[in-house]
Amino acid sequence: MSDRLPGFSTLAVHAGAQPDPTTGARATPIYQTTSFVFNDADHAASLFGLQAFGNIYTRIGNPTNAVLEERVAALEGGTAALAVASGHAAQVVVLQQLLQPGDEFIAARKLYGGSINQFTHAFKSFGWNVVWADPDDITSFERAVTPRTKAIFIESIANPGGSITDIEAISTVARKAGVPLIVDNTLASPYLIRPIDHGADIVVHSLTKFLGGHGNSLGGIIVDAGTFDWSTGGKYPMLSEPRPEYHGIRLQETFGNFAFAIACRVLGLRDLGPALSPFNAFMILTGIETLPLRMQKHCDNAKAIAEFLSGHPAVASVSYAGLPGDKYSQLARKYAPRGAGAVFTFSLKGGYDAGVSLVSKLQLFSHLANVGDTRSLVIHPASTTHSQLDDAAKIRSGAGPDVVRLSIGIEDKEDLIADLEQALSA
Amino acid sequence: MNHDAYPDNYIRGILNSVKSIAMVGASPVNVRPSYFAFKYLAQRGYDMIPVNPGHVGKELLGKPFVASLRDLGRPVDMIDIFRSSSHIMPVVEEALTLDPLPKVIWMQLGARDDAAAEKAEAAGIKVVMNRCPKIEYGRLSSEISWMGVNSRTLSSKRPPMPMQGMRLSLNRTSVGGGDTAASDRAAKAKNEQS
Ligand SMILES: Cc1ncc(COP(=O)(O)O)c(C=O)c1O
Repeated sequence: MSDRLPGFSTLAVHAGAQPDPTTGARATPIYQTTSFVFNDADHAASLFGLQAFGNIYTRIGNPTNAVLEERVAALEGGTAALAVASGHAAQVVVLQQLLQPGDEFIAARKLYGGSINQFTHAFKSFGWNVVWADPDDITSFERAVTPRTKAIFIESIANPGGSITDIEAISTVARKAGVPLIVDNTLASPYLIRPIDHGADIVVHSLTKFLGGHGNSLGGIIVDAGTFDWSTGGKYPMLSEPRPEYHGIRLQETFGNFAFAIACRVLGLRDLGPALSPFNAFMILTGIETLPLRMQKHCDNAKAIAEFLSGHPAVASVSYAGLPGDKYSQLARKYAPRGAGAVFTFSLKGGYDAGVSLVSKLQLFSHLANVGDTRSLVIHPASTTHSQLDDAAKIRSGAGPDVVRLSIGIEDKEDLIADLEQALSA
Repeated sequence: MNHDAYPDNYIRGILNSVKSIAMVGASPVNVRPSYFAFKYLAQRGYDMIPVNPGHVGKELLGKPFVASLRDLGRPVDMIDIFRSSSHIMPVVEEALTLDPLPKVIWMQLGARDDAAAEKAEAAGIKVVMNRCPKIEYGRLSSEISWMGVNSRTLSSKRPPMPMQGMRLSLNRTSVGGGDTAASDRAAKAKNEQS
């Protein structure tokens, strides 16, 4: 019963999970049920009215998912979290709480290609207008702020090039603008970077990647840092105004420093519907137990392979923040001292054709559109994940035609290097 | 007491020891936070007394409203103040005229008055500010984990099934379950601004 703070690896195994009250089961059970019985009419009314803690229906919450939520909240140093069906679902649910039609949000130009698509096209049809800024030029964020700006969105380690974002500098811009900073921490995972420690107000993840870690389950999560004051200026009516959906409850006043997570659950997930399957939550939870071990191995392997590639005659350049001379190596030392992640790009002297040929000759690396798997992965972004962008936008987001992206797994690094060696020299 | 970040054992000690709670500013309107907290604490076995001069003659979940702390007519262990920061001082001053004194004065989420806290502490009363007893009870019992909230507790012990009307154990053999220091820092900065 001491107030001693446990370490990261202890939290990765224990946070949120206690033995099952009914059976004593020690592993978190998969509560594969749509619904939960009420004790009586008053209990039902209390739950629907948000007066009591408890379960109603799996679209709103589920005990297996709740363990995952508490686990990731604890790892990120947040007050609460909400798990959803995918990383993309997390992004929609977050922005739905913050933006009204006609509002704007500022996003870093260097993002996962799918996020660029979601922001540019899908969100436009909701009337949410993205304004792009350059994460390598902090003043571009300052210049992008207008009275309609409601949030700033960045990635901690940015897809696909593995560049490191100066979270603190951008959080200063957000604070001055009076808007929350949202950080997609997918590629770093909280083992490498905890964005809340650097000023993030909301953290989102695609759990599909390193947190789940085994390439078997889609999932997403939203973590509330409990740092943003939603009540000022009526700018965030979902949080500060009486909600007609709940007979006039004001969420910030009622739930304090985890009101944002509650809003995402009771306004976002409940009404938009992208619920996470409890089975996926179980798979991802199991993955998280070994996150510290895996992530360190991912990073150590990635560094060895980046070093190998930078010395190879067929390679024009390697962009990995863990290499000493890299443009982002200073930021990497500051934000990710344990390792600069395991997703990075390199370009081949032979251009587009050499990239296509490399991918086809690799035998251990799998050619697919994912990152953060135990297995090593390879892709040619220009023809796949970033193919919807025009050429200039491809280059701006680090996915030019000669660029190959790797996601390094936890195999033996010697085998991965041998595979690259044979494919490059063949 | 450092009112920016309370140790779990301080809050746990309070919630484990108090039995009767007078709630100043309790509302009969069932979407108000005070109603939520009143109902929850009553269901967890606390002896609740609603205090609100605007509702004398009515009842809150079967408990008659009293107009002020002077009208309680019996000793209470804790006074839970559901008023904004600028209305705290008079309530604390009134509480200090009670005999016996309450053991605890608790100010709700969003409410903080350091001068009032100092007066109460000088009289030997424990003070909690800017917290909700419902949330703290739910957190320490881990009941709040159903909502994906970081309870900041870890335990390898099997908990009881939470049923209505049952006091839950707040004494989980737990270590602190990780920090939410960023949130505490933000609350402190906000308080220093105002
Ligand atoms: C950085 C990043 N954010 C978000 C996503 C979207 O996540 P999901 O595929 O789980 O919807 C991805 C997926 O590739 C990603 O890499």
